[in-house]
Amino acid sequence: MNKITRFTGSDPGAAARVSGFMAHLRDHGFHLGVAETETALRALSCVNPIIPSEARLALKSVCAGSVEDSAQFDLLFDSFWMAEGRVRHKVIPSSTNPAQKDTKSTRTDDAQSTSGTGTIYAPEDAQGGEKSYADSTGKLVASKAHNLMKKDLRELVSAEDIRAAEQVAIRLGKALRDRRSRRRKAAQRGRSIDLRRTIRRSLATGGEPLHLAKHKRPDRPLKIVALCDVSGSMLHYARPFLAFLAGLMRADSASDAYLFHTRLVRIANALRDDDPLRALNRITLLADGFGGGSKIGANLQHFANSYARNFVDGRSVVVILSDGYDSESSEVLGDALAKLKRRGCKIIWLNPLKGWQGYEPVAKSMAAALPHLDAFAAAATLADLASLERALERL
Amino acid sequence: MPRASQMTSWTDLQLSLEGIGYVASDDLSTALHIAITLGRPLLLEGAAGVGKTEVARALATIKETQLIRLQCYEGLDASQAIYEWNYQRQLLSIRAASEAGETGMAVEERIFSKDYLMERPLLKAISQEIPPVLLIDEIDRADGEFEAYLLEVLSEFQITIPELGTITATTRPLVILTANGTRDLSDALRRRCIYAHIDYPDRQTELAILASRCPDIEAHLGQQIVGFVQKLRHEELEKVPGVAEMLDFAAALAGLGIKDLTSDPAVLQAALATLLKTQADRALVPIEVAARLAGKAA
Repeated sequence: MNKITRFTGSDPGAAARVSGFMAHLRDHGFHLGVAETETALRALSCVNPIIPSEARLALKSVCAGSVEDSAQFDLLFDSFWMAEGRVRHKVIPSSTNPAQKDTKSTRTDDAQSTSGTGTIYAPEDAQGGEKSYADSTGKLVASKAHNLMKKDLRELVSAEDIRAAEQVAIRLGKALRDRRSRRRKAAQRGRSIDLRRTIRRSLATGGEPLHLAKHKRPDRPLKIVALCDVSGSMLHYARPFLAFLAGLMRADSASDAYLFHTRLVRIANALRDDDPLRALNRITLLADGFGGGSKIGANLQHFANSYARNFVDGRSVVVILSDGYDSESSEVLGDALAKLKRRGCKIIWLNPLKGWQGYEPVAKSMAAALPHLDAFAAAATLADLASLERALERL
Repeated sequence: MPRASQMTSWTDLQLSLEGIGYVASDDLSTALHIAITLGRPLLLEGAAGVGKTEVARALATIKETQLIRLQCYEGLDASQAIYEWNYQRQLLSIRAASEAGETGMAVEERIFSKDYLMERPLLKAISQEIPPVLLIDEIDRADGEFEAYLLEVLSEFQITIPELGTITATTRPLVILTANGTRDLSDALRRRCIYAHIDYPDRQTELAILASRCPDIEAHLGQQIVGFVQKLRHEELEKVPGVAEMLDFAAALAGLGIKDLTSDPAVLQAALATLLKTQADRALVPIEVAARLAGKAA
């Protein structure tokens, strides 16, 4: 049975506690505003808030907006209300405002879990000049899982990189869009008459529809889905690729991004964070096996079976950034790509090794993948990615 | 004490839903109750066939009101979702008027009156006497622009028709949106809605659903059916069978006069047509595998 968090006597009341909880959620990446706090309070009045399970369900229905949120919500709820995971920041100056402390969390004297909380926030030495979080008191930490990461992505990518990559990503997006506009012309032949405007105009000519107004079909955007390999062998290339992904996400709202090493992680939402550095922080949290082994086949299989069903269709371009060194059987990879291909998408494989002189795709898995690819190109640096524009136009 | 009545009300809702054959989880009933009380739209997400659309139908039944459904699709626009003028009628009327020698203003006033207006689901939903249940099905299939427009309608509950003026809602419909995850919904829409995720039901819940929907199926067979379908969901299928498929399967077995799943593998295989909907899935579950799963489920 969970212990329920006890709030100190000076606690200003239920409303403040709920808004403290909302702040707690916000700190962990939930997009919640004042309106949500109000809704949350009203929602609590619909159930019996004394019973934790009812309060949990009520708050969850207001605060969570997706499946991922729901799962994370439970952890955050427990950490705030159930006296779990309350951790003091390691470098707190002891003379901070005690009143503030009361509203944020309470008994800070009981068992403290390990360090590692600092990594959620950008440390002071990070660029960007944003407000330092280091002096805040008693921040709550969601779960132990977040403390597991071994590699900090911020060492790899700087804000300048992201800006440069954003430019490249925008150009690539345009290259794909040009192709789109050529396709639109053909569709225009089938355009239909806009009756609403035709009738409107016909009033001027005594009910005779002399001018026929027409509809045209809207552009349907092409979606880029990028899968980036961040296993040990790819570590040297992680820098341009991650920057590219970040740029891509920020340049095109329809695109989607994933990282994989031994497992697959969706990072599109994290990368869209307004602050590019915080975005990288969030990925760091997600990618806790960064730099480990690679299971390309298994990951692509998983992708084809899960996310691809919802996000990949005939208007998608799947971009795989990997060197093709798979620690497992190459058949799985071939099957996965074939399955993905059946969804009608285009598949582009960007291999950093292809740029090397005398490189042949001899890695077994690369050989298995080749028949399913629409394009297989070299890309080891941002400049390489930029020069892809041509290749994509021809696709 | 007002709280006493409120305290039980989401469980009341759950009970009355169960009364008409919809078994709702605690998550769903709480979210539904909050959405109704606060007058907010409810966003339901979950895999295909877990009963998202059915929620709206059940709710309309217990509230004894009309269900107005807007099926979203790519390219859905205002003229399909909100209102459209009846152009053919307008054209005819204009011709008739000109032959009768009517003047311009009078004609214009007549052809842009309510008689010539075709109400589409959104307009229909806000102009009812009794608050209806408005089901906006598969909102993720519609494009971003429509979503933005919908947000406006859902927050203001009024629709402006340039020729007629603004129509304000007579009653506020109970709005239920469903999404399959075809694309990511905008944060703005998610923020406005109360959210609930519906998952495949667990064994007990699914048994309850089967019992309430197909009461004439014997308990033993029911156990087998649910066990079988639950086992099947763990296989690596392209299309995982939902609750609707399970009910079809049960109905098929009842129709074939089966009393025990393990008795006749050939008939079981035939009935699988209701559960497995792609060639690859059929190939994955050949007759032996099906028989083995049925044996385990028993």
